Amino acid sequence: MSDLTRRTAVELAELMTAGEASSVEITRAHLDRIAAVDSAVKAFLHVDAEGALAQAAAVDTRRAAGEKLGPLAGVPLALKDVLTQEGVPTTAGSKILEGWKPPYDSTVVQRLRAAGIVILGKTNMDEFAMGSSTENSAYGPTHNPWDLNRIPGGSGGGSSASLAAFEAPLAIGTDTGGSIRQPGAVTGTVGVKPTYGGTSRYGLIALASSLDTPGPCARTTLDAALLHEAIAGHDPMDSTSIDQPVPPVVEAARRGDVNGLRIGVVKELGGEGYQPGVEARFHEAVELLTKLGAEVVEVSCPHFDYALPAYYLILPSEASSNLAKFDAMRFGLRVGDDGENDAEKVMGLTRAAGFGAEVKRRIMIGTHALSSGYYDAYYGQAQKVRTLVARDFARAYEQVDVLVSPSTPTTAFPIGERVNDPIAMYKNDLCTIPSNLAGNAAASFPCGLADEDGMPVGFHVMAPVMRDDLLYTVGAALETALAEQWGGLLLSKAPELEVSR
Amino acid sequence: MPSITREEVAHLARLARIELTGEELDHLAPQLDQIIDWVKHVSDVAAADIPPTSHALPLTNVMRADENRPCLTPEQALSGAPAAEEQRFRVPRILTEEA
Repeated sequence: MSDLTRRTAVELAELMTAGEASSVEITRAHLDRIAAVDSAVKAFLHVDAEGALAQAAAVDTRRAAGEKLGPLAGVPLALKDVLTQEGVPTTAGSKILEGWKPPYDSTVVQRLRAAGIVILGKTNMDEFAMGSSTENSAYGPTHNPWDLNRIPGGSGGGSSASLAAFEAPLAIGTDTGGSIRQPGAVTGTVGVKPTYGGTSRYGLIALASSLDTPGPCARTTLDAALLHEAIAGHDPMDSTSIDQPVPPVVEAARRGDVNGLRIGVVKELGGEGYQPGVEARFHEAVELLTKLGAEVVEVSCPHFDYALPAYYLILPSEASSNLAKFDAMRFGLRVGDDGENDAEKVMGLTRAAGFGAEVKRRIMIGTHALSSGYYDAYYGQAQKVRTLVARDFARAYEQVDVLVSPSTPTTAFPIGERVNDPIAMYKNDLCTIPSNLAGNAAASFPCGLADEDGMPVGFHVMAPVMRDDLLYTVGAALETALAEQWGGLLLSKAPELEVSR
Repeated sequence: MPSITREEVAHLARLARIELTGEELDHLAPQLDQIIDWVKHVSDVAAADIPPTSHALPLTNVMRADENRPCLTPEQALSGAPAAEEQRFRVPRILTEEA
């Protein structure tokens, strides 16, 4: 039953409810697929076959006993390696955490377990989520299943690639500046960044605490909504968690009705620097939404142009502080502890050996931006820009219900193309970063292939804080209309991966 | 004049407790200069009367009742330690002979 890996999460759940497949069978099919293709894709850093099969067997037993189970019970999932799972190696893509086994579960993992979702393993990512291509992973890059010579996006490239390679029907990502949405866009999958505080950061290895947001990745809008519902909601273990009901995301994904919805196209997110094929697919999707009854207007958010530089001050500042915990004392790598070197020396040697180039770059930028004499000029100014970006959103939402743009200025680029040009790399996140600064909900949905290179293009939707349901309204409408045109999901056009034995 | 010199980068590395090699400094210094030159454009729009935002949403301090709750055992807490002794983290010496 190898076609089990081609099914959506909803279809797999139906098969289990109908008694036509067990979770063990489904899990085994995905583990077999990983064994067959992951040597080429390299989406996983760790595959927990034994643990996954045990979780699957437990769900099958509960189902057989007549227990009432959640809608995704027994469905397998790929977990980004930045979230702790007790006893399972968690590295955040860094050598400094190689071999570390967390003694506790993150809240996201606790909720996945409660929902009966089966965790297949941990997916590759840019080191500490710093990057847009997975090329900054200390364990080597992940490859885009659409073209193995291209990047799968980042930082959550492993999670999105696992979906596009049919290694998992569901995945978890984390989004600090676009790390769920950009990989979703360039792999032809769905990626949702919930409202900041809508999902818990407890057990998420922090990059920038005021921005980090875990969220769902899937091949369809409805699958993503069901996963969103499973992991979201208030958590007393996270002091920035929002104590309000989860927005009705599943209902929105099922209805997908954009009739009368007011959509604003962000003027600043397009034009120079945007690939023609990306813009073409984006504008066709906007037209399609108009035909479905949405009212489309152009909206200006003038300060979005400054969001990127502000982000690259705020993020390194928070990161340099968060990564101070990797001090070689309590967990992780320790280098140079020879009885002679003092603690400070050991710290310096360990961090030099354990951190990769991009992490060092950002720690140094952050240290500089926060140092006396520069704080006001850099960090202070960046925080003011954050206010201006949030005000742009607030003004825009007075006129429209959601904002839209391409998810990324370009499609997936070849591996290696931007590694020596940090600023070119940072520009991947041009469209996604404003929503992180303002904390609102945002998502990327597949909207076609660019003519130049045949690579997937993402349609980016931004909704107000705690209106995550509107993302799914637009995503579902678009998905249904495009599937009619294409005769299926965009991913059905992806090339077959060579299967190794 | 560069926004940041090689000497300043070396100083930052010491502050950040990262023992960089000379080669790494040669490579990093121009890159950091380029990045800082680019990010400082934030000053172009941020006027004095704009309040800073440290956080996307309004925050209130979260307290919990002062009660015992289950927590990690000493074995769990020490499970990832590079070195442990007598239920404690063993660390390199922190004082020099002269101190």
